[in-house]
Amino acid sequence: MSGTARPAGPNRVAFARARFIAGFLALPVLLYLIYVISPYAQAFHIAMTNWRGVSASPAFVGLENFRRLLGDGVFWTAVGHNGLLLLLLPVLTIAIALFFAFLLNAGGSGGGVSGVAGSRFYRVIFFFPQVLAVAIVAVLFQQVLRPDRSGMLNGPLIALGLRPVGFLSDPRLAFWSILAVLVWQAVGFYVVLFSAGMASIPREMYEAAQIDGAGRAQMFFRVTLPLLWDTVQVGWIYLGIAALDVFAIVWVMTAEHGGPDHSTTVMAAEIYRNAFQYFKFGYASAMGVVLFFFTVAFAVAALRLSRRERIEF
Amino acid sequence: MADHPLSRRELLRSAALAGLLLPAAGALSACASPAGGGGGAASPAPTGPKTAANPLGIAEDRPFEVVIFDGGYGDAYARTIHEPLFTGKHGKVQIKHTATKEIAKTLQPRFAGGNPPEFINNSGDNAMDFGALAQDGQLQDLTELLDAPSWDDPNVKVRDTILPSAVELGTYDGKYCVLEYANTVWGIWYSKKLFDDNGWQVPKTWDEFTALCEKIKKSGECAPFTYAGKHPFYIYETILTLAAKIGGVDVLKNIDNLQPGAWKAGAVATAAGAFAEIGAKYLMEGTEGLDHIQTQTAHNKYQVAMLPCGSWLENEQKDSTPEDFGYAMFPLPSFSGSDALPYGTVHSRPGEEYFVAAKSANPRAGMEYMRAMLSKEGAGKFSELVSALTVVKGAAEGRTLTPGLESAAGALSQAGTNVTYFRFRQWYKELHDEVAAATGQLMAGRLKVDAWADRIQKKSDEIKDDSSVKKFTR
Repeated sequence: MSGTARPAGPNRVAFARARFIAGFLALPVLLYLIYVISPYAQAFHIAMTNWRGVSASPAFVGLENFRRLLGDGVFWTAVGHNGLLLLLLPVLTIAIALFFAFLLNAGGSGGGVSGVAGSRFYRVIFFFPQVLAVAIVAVLFQQVLRPDRSGMLNGPLIALGLRPVGFLSDPRLAFWSILAVLVWQAVGFYVVLFSAGMASIPREMYEAAQIDGAGRAQMFFRVTLPLLWDTVQVGWIYLGIAALDVFAIVWVMTAEHGGPDHSTTVMAAEIYRNAFQYFKFGYASAMGVVLFFFTVAFAVAALRLSRRERIEF
Repeated sequence: MADHPLSRRELLRSAALAGLLLPAAGALSACASPAGGGGGAASPAPTGPKTAANPLGIAEDRPFEVVIFDGGYGDAYARTIHEPLFTGKHGKVQIKHTATKEIAKTLQPRFAGGNPPEFINNSGDNAMDFGALAQDGQLQDLTELLDAPSWDDPNVKVRDTILPSAVELGTYDGKYCVLEYANTVWGIWYSKKLFDDNGWQVPKTWDEFTALCEKIKKSGECAPFTYAGKHPFYIYETILTLAAKIGGVDVLKNIDNLQPGAWKAGAVATAAGAFAEIGAKYLMEGTEGLDHIQTQTAHNKYQVAMLPCGSWLENEQKDSTPEDFGYAMFPLPSFSGSDALPYGTVHSRPGEEYFVAAKSANPRAGMEYMRAMLSKEGAGKFSELVSALTVVKGAAEGRTLTPGLESAAGALSQAGTNVTYFRFRQWYKELHDEVAAATGQLMAGRLKVDAWADRIQKKSDEIKDDSSVKKFTR
């Protein structure tokens, strides 16, 4: 019948709603499938071939690449380094960043709750490393750690008549030099992150603690840290991923790309080396698959461990 | 205010979760799967009538692409010397010129996609692996080029105008398919001025060499010896050349052929021990942390007297070399009277690789381009422009060479047939990396000669047993 509006039942509303949502989601999901999911699927496939990068029809070799990977000493050295970074990078970075952030926000000696003198200025300074491209940081530190008179650290040592320290050339030291650079680069961002977190902690809590006679250390451990725990967890997860993902600093900064003598190599560097230098794309993909599982395992563990009661305020 | 901080936290938390979902394996997404299927079914390469002016029978109306590695030699030599030379004879053939610093990144997708360029200068850090290319039938057989009449004289075959070692080194699987164009001579480089000013003599025996190092060290003038510490290839090259001098060319052949125990041969151990001693006593301070440019610049500043390098050195350092530096090189001193090869033996081998892609649209034009490169004019002008010798016999004669190149050319002609080289660096990059890593430690005194040899032998054996790596023999 003409003129009669069709009833707008609840089903129809739901359908329109779903269509509306799907309309917005289709494109991002499609992009995600093409650029994220499909490369992963491809990597799993390539990992089971002997593809050397130029062939149009690589042979399927099953799990042979993984079997070889088990006996690859260099790869496991790299895994060890990633593991060590996974432990140390978050701990050191978060500890240092918390310390600085606390000083900038609540470490002042004046009355009330305030940062140390010039804290605004320091906040900007701390953020500088974050602004620099990773490759630039690597080249910069290569010069800083140079073993001759031109090195910023070794120059004064040589001038004092001491032997230069092989920060990057001594295999016993090189890894620690890399760790120091990674921490140096990461701290600034977390100082800012934690500062933002601390700024949102109600001032009254500090004042109450002060009235109760709490010192700076007590204020930090009893007030700041518990109230900042969520932010610290986020930082922890980010840094954990960063530790599994270290590549550019190692590749650009060290001799032999992960050397000397494999002393600084990491998983990503081994993947890159096997793929783009040895042209063993199948084998490199197998390493990538292993790295994928390490990352997923870390993610699961991090999510499990981070379930903790939240303090509401 | 109390209502909102939580949402900020939730935001941070979900941002962290998003971070987890996009994990680290960035390298993975950079790989693209090969375009399956294809291969072999390509249309036949275009040809034209074979004539005296066109012995390879290229199609005179079909274009082709030249890809040059824009590295130490730049790409001007191709643009200003070889391409005009080619079009001078084949005016209708269009040349598409491409220059890149990243050969593999630029070309690998094109190989995997089945549309590679015709002529490729596969060189530099980001070169494609020749083993992988050979394994996959991507290298055009150049035998026909060798048997074609040369550019300059139709009565002489191309084969007879180039060094025999160029043919041997360009042969993969019994098939000549890689043109090694530039010829490199290795030796110990010094400044003639510094040596003359201090009355130092070029050493001919190992004892003279160590005595000279001692003398330089005592003089306080400069450090005696250095090498590119960050790239231990520069010193393992010297060790292996000395090993070949002591024990004969078979020492290096066994190493290249991944023979069991090849690295544990007496001559190898003696040579490694000799250089480990130089490393312990006479190295410039900080050597192991410096790269080739830093050590070579120290050399130019007279901070160190000698360093091992190839004949590209002078060209590489041309911007930092003092006017009167007087680059010169001497061959490795004889180790003892019982050396298998005489004084003057040098490590020399053709390098700078070029190939024609077998599965490209117009491979014959690429071969004809090589024929042009191998002319006296093409090679001679190349030597002048980039200060490097070529594999074309006598092409540098009558050309004006720089002092260092003159000295290298002299050493090469004195060596005559006493020329050594090794090939595992190109064949098995993994072995090269292991030798480099171990040798860096040997020179720094952290690895004894025996442990050094054990480690490398182990890697060599591993590669021998790895079925996915194609094996070569010489």
